[in-house]
Amino acid sequence: MRARPAEAPKTPAAVGLSLVAVFWLALIILLPLVTVLVEASKEGAAPFLAAVTEPDTIAAIQLTLLVAAIAVPLNAVFGIAAAWCITRFEFKGKGLLLTIIDLPFTISPVIAGLVWMLLFGAQGWFGAWLRLNDIHIVFALPGLVLATVLVTLPFVARELIPLMNDQGTDEEVAARTLGARGWDIFFRITLPNIKWALVYGVLLCTARAMGEFGAVSVVSGHIRGQTNTLPLQIEILYNQYEAVAAFACASILAGLAIVTLILKSVLEWRFADELAANRRH
Amino acid sequence: MTASTAAQPTNGTPENFTPPHPSLHTNRVLPGFKMSLGFTIAYVSLIVLIPLAALAARPWEHGWDGFWSVVTDGRVLASLRLSFVTAAAAATLNLFVGLIIAWVLTRYKFPGVNILDAFVDLPFALPTAVAGIALCTLYATNGWVGSLLAPLGIKVAYTPLGIFVALVFVGLPFVVRSVQPVLADFDAEVEEAALTLGASPWQTAIRVILPGLAPALLTGFSLAMARAVGEYGSVIFIAGNMPYVSEITPQLIIIKLQEYDYAGAASVGMIMLLCSLVILAIINALQIWLFKRGRA
Repeated sequence: MRARPAEAPKTPAAVGLSLVAVFWLALIILLPLVTVLVEASKEGAAPFLAAVTEPDTIAAIQLTLLVAAIAVPLNAVFGIAAAWCITRFEFKGKGLLLTIIDLPFTISPVIAGLVWMLLFGAQGWFGAWLRLNDIHIVFALPGLVLATVLVTLPFVARELIPLMNDQGTDEEVAARTLGARGWDIFFRITLPNIKWALVYGVLLCTARAMGEFGAVSVVSGHIRGQTNTLPLQIEILYNQYEAVAAFACASILAGLAIVTLILKSVLEWRFADELAANRRH
Repeated sequence: MTASTAAQPTNGTPENFTPPHPSLHTNRVLPGFKMSLGFTIAYVSLIVLIPLAALAARPWEHGWDGFWSVVTDGRVLASLRLSFVTAAAAATLNLFVGLIIAWVLTRYKFPGVNILDAFVDLPFALPTAVAGIALCTLYATNGWVGSLLAPLGIKVAYTPLGIFVALVFVGLPFVVRSVQPVLADFDAEVEEAALTLGASPWQTAIRVILPGLAPALLTGFSLAMARAVGEYGSVIFIAGNMPYVSEITPQLIIIKLQEYDYAGAASVGMIMLLCSLVILAIINALQIWLFKRGRA
């Protein structure tokens, strides 16, 4: 089977369709991005710098990085473990497990925050006990991490599972037959085979973790300088009509999104064969 | 579930991950089965299952009647109708435009097409709050686009139309990325055969290529729809959040939580999740039916 090669649009229909596509992408996708950059720099460099060096904003940036630094490694380890057991062994209930791993993509971010309130909120299942023991989960760092972990749970697993399924077990079984130990097999064969897919999954997971809004908004409590991540800080500034400051913070995250897209494109272009055969999001 | 079936509709059901060497798997030549499976199950239990159990258990605090009176409340029903109708409308528009964009990105070569391709993923990468304030500014009556539409009597920001615009932004990449790989792999010989047999390019596109794309289009539609129903960050800024008019269901959940009405919030959350799952199941069934018909 051979696919049709791409060619320059020649017929009127081809030119028309190309124009529609370019116009629509410019209007729907590019214009919002341009808006962020223009609004952030509208009043020059001084207000921009003042906004991004404000203590509350610095605290929000630090918190965002901290939450991502905890949530992403957890989900990376989970993704590897899940991909290992799903693609290397047969067991009952595998389909169900795959469904559960995909579930966070179907759940609204608000519900992903709500469930933690129902468990650990003031009137949640463990609320009274937590208050008695002076343990803070919601409206504190652990709640932000839990909400972020739930929302970003599938990213690494879903990059690794199709890839490891395609790669099969030949190399690992050969190593085992020759007497290699479990962790040696993993670090010398499996990990080198999946490293770029792992990087790709971690990249998507990190981008989502740093940008997550709905879920963390529910569990954050919005305490300025303490439990506000950068996206929440943007909301507060915007609602206080500090548009320049809000867009200044937004432009940091927009810059992060552009870096993510560039890295993603580089990975897809350079290591296409070592990423999942069928890229999914 | 749908999401997984979805992205590779032509490869059968990915739920059945057929291993290349079944005998080796049953023999468990490779180590680490108990450890990896144990960790995986413990992790999804703690992060997904127990929290969802809390969601399923909470609405019944005041019995069935308590749950029923919450979910049949006029304001809740209005928000559900708004969320699902705007999500379906946005996903439908994305279905058509997404198909055109996927077609152009795979079939045509022109300067900058690769950059355009990369930017399709922007809504995945751009944090929703950033998209939210940008769209709100853009479509306000004094914004770049809003000021062009205002003289025509079209108000976008702070109306249901604004919600629709935000959901179009969020959902577009799902359709493009679902269709693109299938279109790129489409057998050129089938197409050439149709053309040689006298079909016009349009006939070929609509009668030969489009049916082959149908499962992927449905996948894109269902992913875009699922995302749009629960979307919060990119919507709340532009929505206006007027009860009965422009208040989406996730917003209502947050309001109930702020009023310490946990049972009410859980009731609304559960009914929203159930509605999404039912819609996804219907689309999934439709997809399996299409797939079977395609093979028959």
